[in-house]
Amino acid sequence: MVDARKPLAERLQEVLGDRLRSCDEQLGEVTVEIGPSDLYGVMRSLRDDLRFEQLTDVCGVDYAAWKQDEWITDQASGTGFSRGVRGNTFARLGLTGVYGLDPVTTNTGRRFAAVYHLLSLSNNERLRVRTYCDNDDFPVLDSVVSIWAGANWFEREAFDLYGIIFDGHPDLRRILTDYGFVGHPFRKDFPLIGNVEVRYNEEKGRVVYQPVTIEPRVLVPRVIRQDNRYAEPEEDASNG
Amino acid sequence: MADIRSYTMNFGPQHPAAHGVLRMVLEMEGEVIRRADPHIGLLHRATEKLAESKPYNQSIGYMDRLDYVSMMCNEHGYVLAIEKLLGVTPPPRAQYIRVMFDEITRILNHLMWLGAHGLDVGAMTVFLYAFREREFLMDLYEAVSGTRMHATYYRPGGVYRDLPDRMPQYEASRFRSKKDLEWLNKDRQGTMLDYIEQFCERFPTAVDEYETLLTDNRIWKQRLVGIGVVSPERAMELGFTGPMLRGSGVEWDLRKTQPYEVYDRMDFDVPVGTNGDCYDRYLVRIEEMRQSVRIIKQCVDWLRQNPGPVMIDDHKIVPPTREEMKDDMESLIHHFKLFTEGYCVPEGEAYAAVEAPKGEFGVYMISDGANKPYRVKVRPPGFPHLAAMDEMAKGHMLADVVTLIGTQDIVFGEIDR
Repeated sequence: MVDARKPLAERLQEVLGDRLRSCDEQLGEVTVEIGPSDLYGVMRSLRDDLRFEQLTDVCGVDYAAWKQDEWITDQASGTGFSRGVRGNTFARLGLTGVYGLDPVTTNTGRRFAAVYHLLSLSNNERLRVRTYCDNDDFPVLDSVVSIWAGANWFEREAFDLYGIIFDGHPDLRRILTDYGFVGHPFRKDFPLIGNVEVRYNEEKGRVVYQPVTIEPRVLVPRVIRQDNRYAEPEEDASNG
Repeated sequence: MADIRSYTMNFGPQHPAAHGVLRMVLEMEGEVIRRADPHIGLLHRATEKLAESKPYNQSIGYMDRLDYVSMMCNEHGYVLAIEKLLGVTPPPRAQYIRVMFDEITRILNHLMWLGAHGLDVGAMTVFLYAFREREFLMDLYEAVSGTRMHATYYRPGGVYRDLPDRMPQYEASRFRSKKDLEWLNKDRQGTMLDYIEQFCERFPTAVDEYETLLTDNRIWKQRLVGIGVVSPERAMELGFTGPMLRGSGVEWDLRKTQPYEVYDRMDFDVPVGTNGDCYDRYLVRIEEMRQSVRIIKQCVDWLRQNPGPVMIDDHKIVPPTREEMKDDMESLIHHFKLFTEGYCVPEGEAYAAVEAPKGEFGVYMISDGANKPYRVKVRPPGFPHLAAMDEMAKGHMLADVVTLIGTQDIVFGEIDR
């Protein structure tokens, strides 16, 4: 057992060694990044050696639209507000799909990540573990259900919403979306309005699916402002 | 020996004991459950995806609609995450108001749970009793925010406005006699804090009434004792939090272990069960209501003596008042920018958790520096609880499934999100 009085970062270094890709502390929260191939082993030693008895949460993230804004603020232009609410730029991924023509095709190996939040009840500390999936077209990670039984539904959720496959999961089915749903709705290239809608068809006497009829719209464009109050000298390693 | 064939039964989604839209596929052997497979997602509204497409403040109202019986606690988790990223701390008065309303919300939630749980198991009266007291608390929500449920009262930087000086009163109408009106307005003569204090005085008696109806009731005990036993180790592995974890005997309460706001200045006890069955979880929740009253009383005392601002004074985040806006150019600009664009949150990520009535309600927020969150992940307490349904129901009778749904305090708004 590792000495619990040392700071968490030191203990992590001691237990994980080379498997630790990066470890930083921001806002009082420790985040570590590990490689997808090490995931299972790292998680097991985190539970056994560092006593993280509980898996609080598993969160899928799609980094495809990271730092993309809909309204470029550092250039002057004469088009005003409409720059943000019309047009079909890459940044407006949430409005692609049937209305747009911009599926994400690059394969960076940094698009999908699973973020695990661990909680140690005996040491009263939290840890965040992030793993990027190697392949954007077929994201696969090892399942941790056999380490924490509570991971079961959280992994099903990440699979359902992001299409991350958890290898070794006992029952990897969709969980939140409809029976027979197509696509992974929380990906950044899945339109916010969806692809299909349902209605009752009088002639057929049943509910039918049809392409969505509502218009997508943006009320407030997404902007990223350079705010000197928050300017930080160091480079954030987590943003790919 | 009689030949018992196993068969599959569909429970819900339109079943009064399913607490909303739970569909469960039960594999039964006679009346004994062999496997329970909850199908969820019938109330999935993609709250997290919607939040990605809106400025930060516009999603506060969505949080109320997650766990729609403990509204302000959800707001609290979301607002705390934003505040953590922005690096702001609300003024002390706002923190006390938040703590007070968190505890009011806890009573609100536990009353709903008690009533519904009783009704599921067959105790009709307690439902009516619990709803009688809930009404007073709903009135408090209405007094501060104007709505009885979906308050949107907590904002990054504090709370939307200070407590009202005067508790709103019922008005005369031709459907209400003068005597009724006087009776209804009896407690509403003073300030809102007076009203809360009166509630705190009489509520412990009401809890005694619920306990008289249930705690030693033979039928209640027959239905609850020994049902759905979870060991402390297993409860941790399964991701249980809140009363579900404490019912199993693990002393873990975020209000004590990782205090947020002013919980570290509050004097209260954390009840813990011993057997980890439905009955212990019932006792834990009952005691939590009594402890909440203690916390509310301490907040009322403090709030009486300490007037002050309830919002930080930073117009980059908090809109200026109407008066300021009308005669100050800069305030007008701030107002315009905040309502057309919102504020940009510095790049980074934060996880903020509160001890919601059902357990740990966490919000994990990733910001890339824009005026909208890059990703919001809500960690609902009920999600891992319901995931353990299969394990808890195995080997029990069909009727016990209803008890288990009740004891888990299922609300689909938060589980499906």
